[in-house]
Formats: sequence, C-alpha cells, structure tokens
Amino acid sequence: MLYATPVAAVLITMVLGALIFTLLGFDGLGAVREIFFTPLTNPYKWQDLAVKASPLVIIAVGLAVSYRANVWNIGAEGQYIVGAVAGTGVALLTYDMTGPWILPLMLLAGIAGGMAYAAIPAFLRTQFKVNEILTTLMLTYVSVQLLNYLVFGPWKSPTSMGQPQTVLFSADQSLPYVIPGTIVQLGTPIAILVAVLVWFVMSRSVFGFQVRVVGASPAAARYGGFSANRTVWLALLVSGGLAGLAGILEAAGPFGRLVPQFPTNYGFTAIIVAFLGRLNPLGVLLAGIVLAITFVGGEVAQTTIALPFAAVGIFQAMMLFLLLAGDVLVRYRIRRVANEPARASA
Amino acid sequence: MTLDLAIAIIITLVGASTPILLAALGELVVEKSGVLNLGVEGMMLIGAVITVAVVLVTGNHWLAILCAALAAAAAALIFGFLTLSLSANQVATGLALTILGTGFSALFGQPYTGKAVPLLRSPFPPELAADPVWRVIFGYSPLVYFSLIMVVVIWWFLKKTRAGLILRAVGENDLSAHSIGYPVIGVRYLAVAFGGAMAGIAGSCFPLILTPQWVERLTTGRGWIALALVVFAVWRPFRLLGGAYLFGLVMTLEVYAKAAGGGFRVLPSELWAALPYLATILVLVLISMRRGGSSSAPACLGKPFLPTS
Repeated sequence: MLYATPVAAVLITMVLGALIFTLLGFDGLGAVREIFFTPLTNPYKWQDLAVKASPLVIIAVGLAVSYRANVWNIGAEGQYIVGAVAGTGVALLTYDMTGPWILPLMLLAGIAGGMAYAAIPAFLRTQFKVNEILTTLMLTYVSVQLLNYLVFGPWKSPTSMGQPQTVLFSADQSLPYVIPGTIVQLGTPIAILVAVLVWFVMSRSVFGFQVRVVGASPAAARYGGFSANRTVWLALLVSGGLAGLAGILEAAGPFGRLVPQFPTNYGFTAIIVAFLGRLNPLGVLLAGIVLAITFVGGEVAQTTIALPFAAVGIFQAMMLFLLLAGDVLVRYRIRRVANEPARASA
Repeated sequence: MTLDLAIAIIITLVGASTPILLAALGELVVEKSGVLNLGVEGMMLIGAVITVAVVLVTGNHWLAILCAALAAAAAALIFGFLTLSLSANQVATGLALTILGTGFSALFGQPYTGKAVPLLRSPFPPELAADPVWRVIFGYSPLVYFSLIMVVVIWWFLKKTRAGLILRAVGENDLSAHSIGYPVIGVRYLAVAFGGAMAGIAGSCFPLILTPQWVERLTTGRGWIALALVVFAVWRPFRLLGGAYLFGLVMTLEVYAKAAGGGFRVLPSELWAALPYLATILVLVLISMRRGGSSSAPACLGKPFLPTS
C-alpha cells in the first residue's frame, strides 16, 4: 500500500493531465504520450534520461535523509550552485596542470562547498533556533548572486569575447564518458552508487536509525539519548554535501564550465523526487527516472506537438499533490488503529 | 542627496514594498489560524499572470485585480483541501503549490510575454501629484493605498472583533476551540482563501506598479521574502508595515546601485541584490536571540488538526 501511492499518483496524473490539457486547448493525449512514454519507447532518449536523472537522484537522496529527520532543507538548489562554484574554483586554480588527481579534488571541493553552505542553516538552527526552511531558501537566492558575480566578474574567461562564462574545463577536469558513443558520463554511476550506499546506511546502521527516530518522534529520540542538534547537523551536511556533489558533477559534466544559466532548478525538482521516492534512497532512484522522463518528454512534446515546456511543471506539481493526498489516505488508516489507546487517555 | 532623488527613492521604495506587504498580510492571517502556507510565491505568480492576461484582453485594471484575487484564492483552496481536509504535510503541499503556480504562470503567460501592460496610476487628479513633494502622498497606485488600509483592517479584525478572536483561538489551541464548538477547519479554510486572495493581489502589483509586462518568474522570490517578513514582524500587522518598507528600502538601494554608480559602485551590484535575503536571515537570527529561543508563533502553526472524536 505504501509503495502503491506513488504509482497511483503517476497514473492519475496521466489521466487528469490528459483531461486538463485537452480542456486548455492542447493535445492532451498527445502530451501524456510524449511526456510519459516516448522517452521510454525511444532508445535514443535513454542516454538523456540518465543525464537528467543523475543530478536529481543525487540531490534527492540527500533530501530524503534530511526530510526523514524532519529537517526541511529546501535550499538544495543553493548548495548545488555553491558546490559547483567550489569545484570550479579548484578547476581554475589547477587549469595549467594535468593529472588524474584533479577531477577527484574538484568533486571533493564540490561536496565540501555544498556542506559548508548547508552548515550555515545548521548552525543557525542549532544555535539560534532559526527555522531552516527560510534560511536555506534565502541562501539559494544569495548563491545565485554569488554565481553571477563570479562569472560576470573575476572568473570571466579572458577569451570569452565579453560573454559571462568561465574558461572551458580541460580534459583532466571533465567527467569521463562511461558508455562509448553516448553522452552518459561518470555522474550516472555515481548517482546509482550514492543511492545504494545511502539506502544501506539508512536502513542498516545506527546513524540511519537515529535519523529516522529523531524525525518520527523527537521525544522518543531524546529518551533514547539521540541528540536532536547532532541530527540536524548531519541531515544538513549530508543533503548539502550531496547537492554540492551534484553541482560539480553538472559543471564538470554536461556544462563543462560555469555560466549564468547554470541553475536549472534541479534542487527544487529534487524535492518532488524525494517525496515521490517515499524518502527511501532506492525509491528516489526510481522517482528520479520518472521525473527525468517528464523532462525529456517535455522537450519531445515541445518539438512534436508544440506543447510549451512549462506544462512539465504542471504535471510535476500534480504528481506531488496527488501523492500527498493519497499518502494521507494511506497513513490515516494506519494511524487510527495505532492511536486507539492514546485516544482514551487524551 | 537632492530632494528629487530622495523623492524618487521614496516612490520606488513604496512600490517595491507593496506586493510583499500585501502577501505578508494575507499570510499573517493564515498563520494566525495555525496554517503555514509556503505557496505564497506560486499564488503571487498566478495573480500576476492573470492580471496581465485580463488587462491585455479587457483593458480593465479592476477586473484584472479581482480575477487575480479569485484565481489565487482558488489555488489556495487546493492547498486547503489537501492540508485541512486530508491533513497532508503543509510544508510539502505548500511547495507543490509554488511549483504549480510557477508552471501554470509560465504556461498561461506565454502568449502575453513581453507585451506592454498599462500601469495602474494614482487615483487622485494629476494636479495634486504634480508638485514633487505632494507626489510622495498622492502619487501612488491605488494598490498602495489598499495595502495601507488593509494593515489597519487586519489589525482591527484580529484585535477588536469576535471573528478575529475565534481565528486566533483556532491558531493557538485548535482542540479547545473545537471543543467550545468553533468550526476549526472552516475557519482555516476561510483564512487560507483570504491569504490566497491577498497573494493574488500582491501578484497584481508586479505588472501594474513595478514591471509593466509579463516575464516568467516575474515575482523573483518576493513571495518567500513575504513569508520571512511575517516572522520578522512577530505576527503583528503594524510591524509588518515597518518591515515591508525596510525591505523595500534595501531593494530600492539595489536598483539605485545599478543605475546611479558613483558611491554605490564600491560594492558589486550582485551584493545589493543579495542584501534583502541576507537581511531576512539576519532578522530571523535577531528575533530568536531576543526571544531567547521561545517563539511567539501561533501555537498550532503547521500542525494538522485531528479531532479525536
């Protein structure tokens, strides 16, 4: 039942979406076909799916950990940008050098950058009880300005003819392709690895147990001796670090440099991915592919049936609405039985 | 600084403050009833795009504002249904509402992108606003005066009326309010719809006062500033007014830093653009430091209402 809700949400989104877009004067059935099925039936699109899904999965796995702990990091987009900025900083410093150590160093810098940026809301929450929803989000807007400042200013490439962009990364600074003849880069296996690894940690380790207990019942966590503050730190560092990793993987992969167009809302879309994946890293892996399908399909629908790309956002929001609605119906039933004794005492 | 520049800054400041003030006033009422709606940004975008569409089609500003309010309130009711009737997580549902509003406005606004929208100008005769000093009083859009009236109205409603007392009771202790016989869910539905309408009118301010055209994501995160502002104001309408104008001042400085150069050029324009967001964080820290950690938020804020019998 728990895992039936996301499937039902996706299916109902298709039906409702077809209906709504037909009413809006678009080709509703065509929209659903192109957005949800064409990317799957056309093997040429599979590599695009891998490219789109990878950053979503990496970010959403981190968010899943954070939301499990009841820590509402909604500024993954900002941590993603700062991760890319930090990794790019390493790339610019090592621009004249060669060696296999450069790329790993960039990735580590990306993780560190994302962690450092998420450390700000963690510090403010644990030290001053400042709500992390607002701080993580405000910092996202700040990070966009930081990115703009760097690519329009000190980091602007001298050979870019006035274009706001950094130099193109060298071969040693770019992600290698893992499947010859495709555009699939190292980011994809890393995403799968991250999902499996975090799933293992969350379901099999004390750390994972602690996160789940603190999130599910802060009072029980206190009795159990789990520090709520430590969990807030861990949740934000894990989600920030993974968002940062995704950021530098995008910069060193598909983008190959930093440009003002770098923020592509992966950090916000990953929130849907995390929920659609039931805050379970393996579920997130699947949900990431579903969302990637809608992105790739949205591009297809743009060219084949002239559906504006913004339609994808509506499909995605509908999915999340339906999931949340369905979720409650499932949980309500469970809770009614479980709360029976508590009700008598209240 | 010359008088003309000072007046120009004041007028820009008031214009920039008005949408966040309107949206924050709506959210204040919503939060006072115990509901946290993070969808303000999405509802503002819906309001903005509907305003542009109705003005371009009918040419009637007032009809446009009304439609914006109704459309945003309808979107808020989707949020209301999920969080109030189905007790869904308010944070996630609010985010979904913002994603929906962003997608809807981008899709719906496409045919209107870049087309000039006639501004909604001062309701007073132009002779009154001819003199630059008098323009500071009479030179604004009707939406500005509306926002100021609403500050008083909402203060009066919350403090002085029976209905306002019930709304606050529902937000502070939903179970008690329920046991006395007040319709908790019904009150919250009304508050959420009102918050949506206010966010929609706040969205109207963007094409009618600030940037007279539609572009995607026209509201550029101002809805989130409005949410922060409610916390900044410790859930009090008059402090909301002060806070909104303070934020407006920071945003105006950014505009002048870009345009004027000179002394402003010392700092990069990106820093000015980041200032409102940094200021919000600073204010959040200051509030919680002064309060010693205990917040004055409505006690039931963000929690679903589950009557036990």
